[in-house]
Amino acid sequence: MNSVIKVENLSKMYRLGLVGRRTIAEDLTRFWAKFTGKEDPYLKVGETNVRAVKGRSDFVWALKNINFDINDGERYGIIGKNGAGKSTLLKILSRVASPTTGNIKVKGRVASLLEVGTGFHPELTGRDNIFLNGSILGMSQDEIKSKFDSIVDFSGVERYIDTPVKRYSSGMYVRLAFAVAAHLEPEILIVDEVLAVGDAEFQKKCLGKMHDVSEKEGRTVIFVSHNLHAIKILCQKTLILNNGELFANGNTEEVLSMYHELNRDIKIGADTEVDNIKSRRGNGFIRFTSIDALDFSGKSRYTFEHGEPVRFKISFRTYKEMNGVTLTIAVMSGLSRECLTLAHHEITRQKLDAGITGEAVVEFSNLNIKPGEYPLHFELTDIVYNGYSKDVIDDLTPPLVIKAGDKVKDSEFDPEKPSGFFLTPSKLILNELNENVMEVKNI
Amino acid sequence: MKKSQSESEWTLEIKPVSGWFNFHLKDVWKYRDLLFMFVKRDFVSVYKQTILGPFWFFLQPILTTITFTIVFGNIAKIPTDGIPPILFYMSGIVCWGYFSDCLTRTSSTFITNANIFGKVYFPRLVSPLSNIISLLMKFGIQMILLIGFLIYFKMNGSDVNPNIYILLTPYLILLMAGLGLGFGIIVSSLTTKYRDFTFLVSFGVQLLMYATPVIYPLSALPEKYKWIVLANPMTSIVDTFRYAFLGAGTFNAGNLLYTSVFVVLILSIGIIVFNRVEKTFMDTV
Repeated sequence: MNSVIKVENLSKMYRLGLVGRRTIAEDLTRFWAKFTGKEDPYLKVGETNVRAVKGRSDFVWALKNINFDINDGERYGIIGKNGAGKSTLLKILSRVASPTTGNIKVKGRVASLLEVGTGFHPELTGRDNIFLNGSILGMSQDEIKSKFDSIVDFSGVERYIDTPVKRYSSGMYVRLAFAVAAHLEPEILIVDEVLAVGDAEFQKKCLGKMHDVSEKEGRTVIFVSHNLHAIKILCQKTLILNNGELFANGNTEEVLSMYHELNRDIKIGADTEVDNIKSRRGNGFIRFTSIDALDFSGKSRYTFEHGEPVRFKISFRTYKEMNGVTLTIAVMSGLSRECLTLAHHEITRQKLDAGITGEAVVEFSNLNIKPGEYPLHFELTDIVYNGYSKDVIDDLTPPLVIKAGDKVKDSEFDPEKPSGFFLTPSKLILNELNENVMEVKNI
Repeated sequence: MKKSQSESEWTLEIKPVSGWFNFHLKDVWKYRDLLFMFVKRDFVSVYKQTILGPFWFFLQPILTTITFTIVFGNIAKIPTDGIPPILFYMSGIVCWGYFSDCLTRTSSTFITNANIFGKVYFPRLVSPLSNIISLLMKFGIQMILLIGFLIYFKMNGSDVNPNIYILLTPYLILLMAGLGLGFGIIVSSLTTKYRDFTFLVSFGVQLLMYATPVIYPLSALPEKYKWIVLANPMTSIVDTFRYAFLGAGTFNAGNLLYTSVFVVLILSIGIIVFNRVEKTFMDTV
């Protein structure tokens, strides 16, 4: 194993707030310190980068003392909450931003896809944009020429290739852009959440392409995503960033379980922290005050063995008058976000005044889904659904984790293969082979 | 032993910004295809969806020339060294236009390209370089217009004498491009953090035109102020250009040498500052 990227003591400091007259004073102080041979005074006042907490200093460490190695041909995932420093790290890796201290050593050509279609010009035709975008990404004219047909083929927009891209649908635009990027041949490919934009088919295509690039051509891939399922499928190794620091680094399987631990301390409550959940919506007439998953003995946990009963305990508070309360809990699939199963229960038919609190426990006695991670969806509404929901939490972190237990042998599933969601027992009833050789015609 | 061997194979080291003198001129050469593509993009997209298209390139200097002829020639009665005012002003406008376009366009490099620069690495110098090259198209078209007028006036017996110094034109263009680029990238480096300089450029260029013999000949200048205008590196360029095409004014090799040294200096400073800023600008822009 040969290391192709070596990150040593990497730190990056940002200054918050506006650029104004004060920054001139800071620049001068910094210049003076440098001139007299002292250390930059502002490096000392940097604070850990916690997004939600108000700090004392205007200077924060977006990354602090990051060290890791990436070996030749590895697929590496980077995960972390919003503002954890993922994009900063990628920007430094792709030479768009410079580190404050520390360094990175790289072996081989790096291509980074922080966005698809960088530099596309709306007035130019698809053909011209392939050349333009390819050059921006570092391909030579000859290289693009030789790959042109296969780029057009991959994109599937051949009919529009001589039309200005401003006439494209957004999907076609992305397809063309990704097609160019997919034909880059760097030793190291850096990809940032491009998957977020396309449809399911496109996402699969992207993941497949990244897998191929690494598996067949032995290239190194660094992939940043919030989609843990995609990380799990693609990456052998993963690192977690938390508040600018390296929280964990190792095999994806182990690291992901640590990530859930990291997120576990997000308590769902009515007032402050629930509002930090990005995926919450509704009019706030009624709100969840807590959500928890419990096992049979009433202990709180999110990891269950297959076949084990799962209970969800929720409490809520009304903020406006409610015409009864219904609770919906849905178990979703990790990648395609389809609803696998749904529990829908009336809590009460009574009219409720504001300020009333309540609690409910729902049990799934036999959640017959195969081992994996499942995002959860919670919803509170009136008894009569009148067009809008009162409080919806789309993506609860941590998701529900189902593990293979005694009832499922490890051999029966392969987490690499998306082989359906349900574990339905089946038997081979007929098994016959006709030993007589028949003539086979080539059609 | 094996470790030290692999250490030496690193192809790239990403470090904090330090030093002022690490250029990527080699990198710029490697990205010449991109330079070409940027120029092509500018060519194709400038007058997309306009009805008059490249005709605008003609219209702009013609209207300016007419205005100048009326205001400065007929009303203010500024002498033109005995040359038909139209030719006199147009030659000045064409030259000055190219320089000021280069300057204003390159001075916003970082701000207008912040989006691309924030996503992909390539030598940032490619971007202002492509600007000055694509602006040559406009300059070229306006030159054709100027030559057209020149021929017309010559045939009608005006006293204009194009001469051998026309061969200096490519060098003059190079000087203008270098000057515009040098100033432009210095300004663009400064504007990443403090936008104050954008305001300075927009009216500074306008004011500077009056310190250049665009609307008046050098000979019409009182001795007292002559040194100010001569200190302006654009002066000898416009003057030489006019001398070559119209045969009026003076050719002064010393002044041209001064401008050449000035250009080399400003361009060097520009590239040094630009290279320094290109690594940190994402944090401040």
